[in-house]
Amino acid sequence: MANENARSMREREYERKIKAQAIIRFIVCVIITIICLFPLFIIFINATRSSNDIILQGVSFLPGDYLLNNIGTLSDPEAAFGSYVMTYNVWYGYMNSLIIAVSSTVLSVFFSGLTAYGLTVYDFKMKKIATTFILAVMMVPTQVVSTGFLEFMIRIKLYDNYIPLILPAIAAPSVVFFILQYMKASFPVEIVEAARIDGCGEFMTFIRIAIPMLKPAFAVQAIFAFVASWNNYYNPSMLLLSNKLEQRTMPMMVASILGNDKCVDYGVRYVAVALSILPIIVIYLCLSKFIVKGVALGAVKG
Amino acid sequence: MQNVQKKPAKMVSYAKYGYIFIAPFFLAYAFFMLYPLINTFLLSFQGNGEATGGQWVGIQNYQWLLFGSEGEFSPGAAIHESFMNDLFNTIILWVGNFVIQLVLSLLLAVWFSDVRVKIKGTGFFKVVMYLPNIITAASVAGIFLMLFGNSKYGAINSMLMNWGILNEPFKFIDDVWVSRILVMFIQSWMWFGNTTLLLMSGIFGIDPAIFEAASIDGSSGMHTFFRITMPILKPIFIYVVITSLIGGLQMFDIPYLLHEGSTLKPQLETAAVFIYKHFQMYYPQNFGYSATASIILFVITAILGIIIYRFNTDSTAPKKVKAAKSSK
Repeated sequence: MANENARSMREREYERKIKAQAIIRFIVCVIITIICLFPLFIIFINATRSSNDIILQGVSFLPGDYLLNNIGTLSDPEAAFGSYVMTYNVWYGYMNSLIIAVSSTVLSVFFSGLTAYGLTVYDFKMKKIATTFILAVMMVPTQVVSTGFLEFMIRIKLYDNYIPLILPAIAAPSVVFFILQYMKASFPVEIVEAARIDGCGEFMTFIRIAIPMLKPAFAVQAIFAFVASWNNYYNPSMLLLSNKLEQRTMPMMVASILGNDKCVDYGVRYVAVALSILPIIVIYLCLSKFIVKGVALGAVKG
Repeated sequence: MQNVQKKPAKMVSYAKYGYIFIAPFFLAYAFFMLYPLINTFLLSFQGNGEATGGQWVGIQNYQWLLFGSEGEFSPGAAIHESFMNDLFNTIILWVGNFVIQLVLSLLLAVWFSDVRVKIKGTGFFKVVMYLPNIITAASVAGIFLMLFGNSKYGAINSMLMNWGILNEPFKFIDDVWVSRILVMFIQSWMWFGNTTLLLMSGIFGIDPAIFEAASIDGSSGMHTFFRITMPILKPIFIYVVITSLIGGLQMFDIPYLLHEGSTLKPQLETAAVFIYKHFQMYYPQNFGYSATASIILFVITAILGIIIYRFNTDSTAPKKVKAAKSSK
């Protein structure tokens, strides 16, 4: 009897300890969550306040009513002698970033799929060498080749052009690797033979049969490729030498308004930054579960 | 050629489709990566700017960047000092960022995958913690620049002054070490969620029965972590370290954009900023210096790549994560 009592005591003690620990951990996680969200929160709150309000009142936790005015100033050709309209244009930014991100995503996913398919389905002499090569170059950082890349693009007059921002997406070793792994696990090669017997051409087999089957892998990679391209500041700012307003991508717009000494209205600056991250945040809110899972699958792209 | 194909009479050879399907990848790779890499290598033996641009100068760039040249005010000495400063910054910023990031990520990864102590809302926390990673780095720089602005109008300054903690605005961006710590913090802020998820995928690969056995044997949390979790996690842990180092060597957006006005902050200039600066801010461009710095970085990266390859091949533990993160 006494023994049992002691045991239940110990059990209760243990349970209490676990519970206490769970609460401590929960609190730490809440604090980290606040640190993660605080800067974003401030950006969106301050985007709705006037510059005066921000300067005089400092940080506020309630939104103001100046959002439309700030957006108005941002697109007002009169404001600060036209400095705002000459440095930042949200529609050009969205459009250019979207054009580059969408086309490079489509190219990257399609051609990586094609390459992985070619390496999985067919047998040919160079197959092993090709696969090893792709694995070996996966780690080569793109920034390291940037000097030679830029000099080459200037020489063949492809600067101030979106082509060198889009076409390199055809060769994405890490995407190929991911799809290769995926195909190894869940793409029966016999299905290709069945398609052949039914008279389906090789390329059509890829389009009609492989692509639908690889959709999950494509989707994960497409999201990361899109985000990486949208967020890329280094390459566009390097290759768009003239830095023309109509050509700037969204990150370039942000960089140029922050570097402009004449655009000093705080509310407007906050709106400019808020507009640049809004689409990505919306995408993330819709697909967050999917993206978080994708990271763990090894879909890291940055 | 036709004769060869006739030999296996019944079989149709599909080998050519293999080549056709992988051709676009290799063409694009050769054109946009391989040739630029070779070109970078060639450029590293050529001169800079107006004076020697396009001329062959041998190993002068390497000599100057790595060892400088005679005379205190010679161009070689200046560029040497600037490159070494930037390399030093890169290492400082990376190490600082990585220590914060790793401690936090390990702790969170162990917590999130702990079967005994369940935290409520783990799914939500993971989503929130990964969020900073997905936001445009240029905008992140902008966010923190406005929060930690030098003047009293910066959000943090105005908050501290309103609370009476500060009388004068503190120059967060101008102060050498405060601005460095700020960059470390921003980098950790952006990447700890990602690292947590990677480490978690490693921990989930460990058979839960092992943890159960340890718990029955009376192993404490700390003991389990150092004796069981860490050894099994080692390959993925090393992978995270190396990929982060490769990314860290290229750290660019945040250090480059975190300044008010148009002058770069010398205490934040990284090696990637050095490369970028010499082909972007000079005309005619200093391709020689950029290329040489790139090749030096590439060699460092390659050595690290070989190390990670060796760690990955001689381990039997689960290795789920493969792709590189490249813009840390």
